[in-house]
Amino acid sequence: MKLTLVTGLTGLVLLATIVELLRRRQLREKYGMLWLGLLFVIIPLSLFPRLLDGVADRLGVASGVSLVLFLGIVFLLLVCIHLSWEVSALEEETRTLAEEVALIRAEFEADRAERAELVSRDG
Amino acid sequence: MVNGKRLLVIIPALNEAGSIADVVREVRGELPGVDVLVVDDGSTDRTSAVAAAAGARVARLPYNLGVGGAMRLGYRYAYEHDYDVAVQIDADGQHDPRYVPKLVDLLDDYDLVIGARFAGEGEYAVRGPRRWAMGMLSMVLSGLSGTTLTDTTSGFRAGNRRMIEMFAQWYPAEYLGDTVETLVHTARRGYRIQQVPVAMRRRMAGTPSHSPAKAMVYLGRALAVLTLALIRR
Repeated sequence: MKLTLVTGLTGLVLLATIVELLRRRQLREKYGMLWLGLLFVIIPLSLFPRLLDGVADRLGVASGVSLVLFLGIVFLLLVCIHLSWEVSALEEETRTLAEEVALIRAEFEADRAERAELVSRDG
Repeated sequence: MVNGKRLLVIIPALNEAGSIADVVREVRGELPGVDVLVVDDGSTDRTSAVAAAAGARVARLPYNLGVGGAMRLGYRYAYEHDYDVAVQIDADGQHDPRYVPKLVDLLDDYDLVIGARFAGEGEYAVRGPRRWAMGMLSMVLSGLSGTTLTDTTSGFRAGNRRMIEMFAQWYPAEYLGDTVETLVHTARRGYRIQQVPVAMRRRMAGTPSHSPAKAMVYLGRALAVLTLALIRR
């Protein structure tokens, strides 16, 4: 009975954390929804760990709990890969931005130097 | 202007305040009427200021992007300012600007011309895994390009308008991407590549990276980069 309590409580704390992060706009909806969706599966399962035993039995897995563990790891791996992908896209975006900034600044400096020269020639 | 073409020399520089002024002055002295763009790749020293004082145009990246990032910026600049030819030169003074007209001459018949060490001139030599890596890269890239390329990691290159257009949009930022992957990409798209033998000089400042362990890592990375470049679209 203790295990279900610990896991159930953990799930609730996580749920509260994510709702709070979403409320403070610290977490984009697209990620928040993913975690919320997951928690709505995890919390009932933690309270009733026998729920998946039937499925586990049919798959040849010893118990519902180990099935949850396995699926959890697969899910986390997928999330990590997805994040690496997002970071790669972000790096490409910031790279383009950095180039853009450097180009604009070079343009600006050249302009300013030209104008300063004109002024010194006229003045 | 070289042979009636508007030419931009692109020099990517990271913390090269010690040598960049000499390099810029030498290029401007040897190639009068040519524009020089120093791309400061997020240096923490006075590279930008020193380069500008020596008469170069300077584009300063807000943070370090790596040689590939600096190069794409250089090509974007060349593209937006309608240069006919872009020449890459290293900031450490290893590349002799007197070879530039030789490289540019070939651009009538080729799209990308590489200034190659080990091709007869000069006495640049490497040994061990580094040599194997370079041998492997030469073999594969010579096959791809249909011509003999002996120095695929040379950063001394000249490209015509077609190259400028492509490199302004596409230039890999990752390690060895600036040399190896660009060649794979260029050769596979049917651009014509040729090399010209050049003598390389000792760098004016800074130290080269040579150790057996590093050479092995280099071999591994070269293999990985090449394989990836070959399977990429």
